[in-house]
Amino acid sequence: MNTKREGATRAVNYLSVLGVLIMLGFFTGDVFGADSFLTPLGPIAEAERTHLIRVIGITMIAIVPVLVGVPLILWRYRRGNKRAVYRPDWTFSKPLEITMWGVPILIICILGFWLWHHTVRFDPYKPLGDNPLQIQVVGLDWKWLFIYPEQGVASVGEMAIPVDRPVSLTLTTDTVMQSFMVSALAGQIYAMPGMETKLNLIADRPGTTLGQNTQYSGEGFAQQKFTVHALPEADWNAWVNEAQKAPLALNTRIYERLARRGSLAEARAALAPEQSAGSLLFSSIPPDLFKSIVSRYHDGTSVTAKQQPGSPAYQSGDEHE
Amino acid sequence: MNDPIFGRLEWSSFSVHEFIVDPSINSAVVAGAGMMVVIGGIALLWVLSHYRLWGKLWSDWLTSVDHKKIGIMYIVLALVMMTRGVIEGVVMRAHQATALGGGFLSADHFAQLFSTHGTIMILFVAMPLLIGLINYVVPLQIGARDMIFPVMNQVSLGLTTAAAALIMISLVIGRFETGGWSAYPPYTGSVFSPDVGPDYWIWAIVISGIGTTLTGINFAVTIYKSRAPGMHFMRMPLFTWTALCTAIMIVYAMPPLTVSSLMLALDRYLDFHFFTNDLGGNMMNYANIFWMFGHPEVHIVVLPAYGVFSEISATYSAKRLYGYRSLVIATMAIAIISFTVWLHHVFTMGQSASVNIAFGIATMVIAVPTGVKVYDWMATLYRGRVRITAPMIYLIGFFILFMAGGLTGMILANPTVDFQVHNSLFLVAHFHNVLIPGTLFGMLAGIHYWFPKAFGFRLAEHLARRAAWLWIIGFCFAFLPLYWLGLLGMPRRSASFTDPTFLPWMILALVGAFTILGALVTMVQMGWVSIRDRDQLAVPVGDPWDGRTLEWSVAAPPSEWNFAATPDVHSIDAFAVEKASGRPYQPALQYEDIEMANPTAMGLVVCVAATLMGFGLVWQIWWLAILGILAIATSVIVRSFRTDTKRIISASELKQAHGNWLDRVANTPAVTRDEEISFRNRGRSAVDVVR
Amino acid sequence: MTIENLHPGLNLGAAHGEAHTRSEPVIFGFWVFLMSDLILFGILFATYVAMSNGTAGGPGPQELFNLTSIAIQTGLLLLSSLTFGFASLTLKHDEGRRRHLLIWLIITAALAVAFLGFEASDFHSMMQKGGVPSRSGWLSAYYALVGLHGIHIIIGLLWMAVMLAQISVFGLSYQVKVRLLMLGLYWHFLDLVWVGIFSIVFLAGVA
Repeated sequence: MNTKREGATRAVNYLSVLGVLIMLGFFTGDVFGADSFLTPLGPIAEAERTHLIRVIGITMIAIVPVLVGVPLILWRYRRGNKRAVYRPDWTFSKPLEITMWGVPILIICILGFWLWHHTVRFDPYKPLGDNPLQIQVVGLDWKWLFIYPEQGVASVGEMAIPVDRPVSLTLTTDTVMQSFMVSALAGQIYAMPGMETKLNLIADRPGTTLGQNTQYSGEGFAQQKFTVHALPEADWNAWVNEAQKAPLALNTRIYERLARRGSLAEARAALAPEQSAGSLLFSSIPPDLFKSIVSRYHDGTSVTAKQQPGSPAYQSGDEHE
Repeated sequence: MNDPIFGRLEWSSFSVHEFIVDPSINSAVVAGAGMMVVIGGIALLWVLSHYRLWGKLWSDWLTSVDHKKIGIMYIVLALVMMTRGVIEGVVMRAHQATALGGGFLSADHFAQLFSTHGTIMILFVAMPLLIGLINYVVPLQIGARDMIFPVMNQVSLGLTTAAAALIMISLVIGRFETGGWSAYPPYTGSVFSPDVGPDYWIWAIVISGIGTTLTGINFAVTIYKSRAPGMHFMRMPLFTWTALCTAIMIVYAMPPLTVSSLMLALDRYLDFHFFTNDLGGNMMNYANIFWMFGHPEVHIVVLPAYGVFSEISATYSAKRLYGYRSLVIATMAIAIISFTVWLHHVFTMGQSASVNIAFGIATMVIAVPTGVKVYDWMATLYRGRVRITAPMIYLIGFFILFMAGGLTGMILANPTVDFQVHNSLFLVAHFHNVLIPGTLFGMLAGIHYWFPKAFGFRLAEHLARRAAWLWIIGFCFAFLPLYWLGLLGMPRRSASFTDPTFLPWMILALVGAFTILGALVTMVQMGWVSIRDRDQLAVPVGDPWDGRTLEWSVAAPPSEWNFAATPDVHSIDAFAVEKASGRPYQPALQYEDIEMANPTAMGLVVCVAATLMGFGLVWQIWWLAILGILAIATSVIVRSFRTDTKRIISASELKQAHGNWLDRVANTPAVTRDEEISFRNRGRSAVDVVR
Repeated sequence: MTIENLHPGLNLGAAHGEAHTRSEPVIFGFWVFLMSDLILFGILFATYVAMSNGTAGGPGPQELFNLTSIAIQTGLLLLSSLTFGFASLTLKHDEGRRRHLLIWLIITAALAVAFLGFEASDFHSMMQKGGVPSRSGWLSAYYALVGLHGIHIIIGLLWMAVMLAQISVFGLSYQVKVRLLMLGLYWHFLDLVWVGIFSIVFLAGVA
């Protein structure tokens, strides 16, 4: 059985099928999904994309020799090829050793420098400019609450930001560990109950994109997505106005109802049944809501299952409580 | 208050219950899976009774403390669990291919699937595969008769099996946790998951963790203390080197897992506050401690695969392994550095840039020794006479595909990019990319390579190669599309998605999953055909591949004591040197009485007791849990009073057995590599004429 | 088996030379096990330190720790290591005098029981003051660390009881001697861990 030819045929076969299917994938719609850092809406995501390409480029130096070398070696030194040199006791070559240790070390040095530089530069905690828009983010099961303390409004399921203005997010959750991400703007950051994390981002062009939770938090996890609108100034002001005129006001009871397990659709059905789609907007927020959500875990008392939003036993926020 | 006899157990705990009460596709799948376990168990019992195998099972296998038998049993356990793990993967792929807005499973069921799949594949497939392989091969490679602690070896197997049993039982009674194989609290704490799921996970982890720690001790001590005279460290085969480093890593990496799991148990059972939201708990500690185990763990599962690749690249190129010293240094470097990188699993948890930088650079540094190993194996093939056999196809698959895994590892090591692709399908693609072409291909290559040694006949080569190609093709289709999906932003563990551009990739991945299923089926077929044709495939002289290391110098299967007389070693590749000098297969100058450990039921007792204990702890059936613990303690203490734990095998018996075998060797014609996979290969290798 | 690896301190009598070599891997294996146990405790120490601020408004070390009792416990445990040392010396030098060995082992066990008694009483009075593990993360870490040490002591006591029985049944056989050697390692190891607990938990707690 000529296994060499058989192997080569199979390799060509699978590569071509793979190629065809990949092309099929590309042509069946939006190639670079509009919601990822491959089509960035801001400079941070764009820099992250550039970094990705650079890492791939440099690492290829170490990888291409394998992808090219292995087929060549297998072909030339196959057992049937009597013309090839045979050195069964060859076990060491100083130049080869220096190359195989040295080149990767060099690559790591270069990559290490970039890693250092960019990790500092794109640290999520690093402010991106003066007068950032403050948004407080609360992860719930399974939706996101956005509190705009300066504007005195809040929204669930939608985050609107002005273009060309730094945005400073302070995050927590009132349930379990979650991970907040708007790919097209910046990378993700974990949010945890009783703790505050920060994420700074900025949009440099208008657009609508997707935000999500990437840390599994229960049955409705896949529904925990939200829309992000990067709006030009006029539209941003209009959005704030609309929110300030919203019929719903966020108070403790409504917050507790929001905190029950369920998707945005479920919360909407309970709190704004006349609204069949879209996010929930609140025209006012209780003072220090975010602080109280964080600090309730630090007041020295236990939070029982009945009191813990996101637990199966939690039922608060009802008139009939 | 729980029922004193049955704890939390009720009729509704049985997985068929939901289907009876509320039939649906989802509950049918759940009930079906549970039924398969029950039916499978009953079928096994029937087969054993019908063919009257109980006696043989007891005396030859369940009570054996022989490292060879234990090694085979570990691998059988792994293959059974792998069947379940692969089926779970296929079901998840099928669900996700239909998950645009829905999917045929419930979200909760999908979550249990990804949790069991990960737990099973890492801890009950990869670990038993490598432990089984090391168990079988290493004593033979170092010229020893068994592990230093044969009974502890058996107990380790018993504990691992008990934990696997708990995971199988969770399909029939109860449910599994839904937090993934890492089971992060507070989600898996008692507030958010008050059900039995996380408890099944905890006790399976703790019980198997103890077993694995004991195995690590066993391997390390054996390799340190039982090497044949003359086998200095720098003369050990590379597989033994990787086994040694793996063993040391196990000893240091398993305790953090035991600690984090027991702390979670304390939180759940006794209302402690290690990881709770309130009263001073800190969930970030769990993540750190878990990954202090978790990262070394993935290097634990890959190092033995690297060891296999070292062995087969040399054997099938008819060459000495290139760069022995570099490979040893690289192995040790990987082992040590792997303990310094764990934080790259949580770059996004909010710590400072300095911390992320330190761990990111450390992570990239591991790529250097790993790359050196790959280049060394290429250099071994270079200027060799390469034969493409089934193990070599796995090696080729490794060479090409593992590079992508390494590349994406470098990408993930950069916090700047990790912030985008963490917890996405990119990550899922990366770790499958290193685990399948790395660990799995290495383990499968090792099984094909050493199978003839263990059972005395080769595996059907054409089916073995077909399975290898199906694995390679299946992997490509199932996982390469996931890289793209991850870059497009799709999170892992998603029971549904809303972006229709994801769908074609999901379908591609499903094609891959079915191909992998085809590989698995081909392997079963290969086993069947090989057993059917075992007489033609027989290689009793034990050296079918013209091997270079000591294990190839004994019969296939080897006698219980491995070596009639402990060999004297003078170089690397001791057996190859003997063959080259023209004087292999010599009688010993002197035979001595040897001491072998007696068979015992200790491992079986511990297995049953640990299963009962674990079940009792899960369902809060306290009397059962206490009974289990007491049974284990009692059996240990009772055994310690026994004095008849060893027997002597006389020098004359050894001399006679060895003499018989040498006669057999002398009467067997030697074959060259041209006839390696023909039926004329009876396991005796001639000097290769191709020069 | 490697040659020339005589294990110092083990007097095995007539089978001296060969038994030295035989016991080497077993003792070495036990050291490796102790390394894994050290990691176990190490992680709990690290957790304890990381959670030392996690008192959540509940009672802290100042209110709960009774340093007198801790000093007594430390004395008892250190003394028990000394008496086990005497037992080991008896094993090495007075091989015929089984009675002395048994007495030293019983004294060691009694000291350990006294240690546990003080520890249990400490736990009791702490809990009376509200220092229960479910009160805070710091208390959880405390009870896990100190409690795990206590569980190890209990297992050591069980081991000692079994050894007393085996010495009576088998005399000072090779197997019994190797086990006593391992028990000694285990016991001194627990002492070391206690020194760590004493320093990091108790002294640092009230400093």
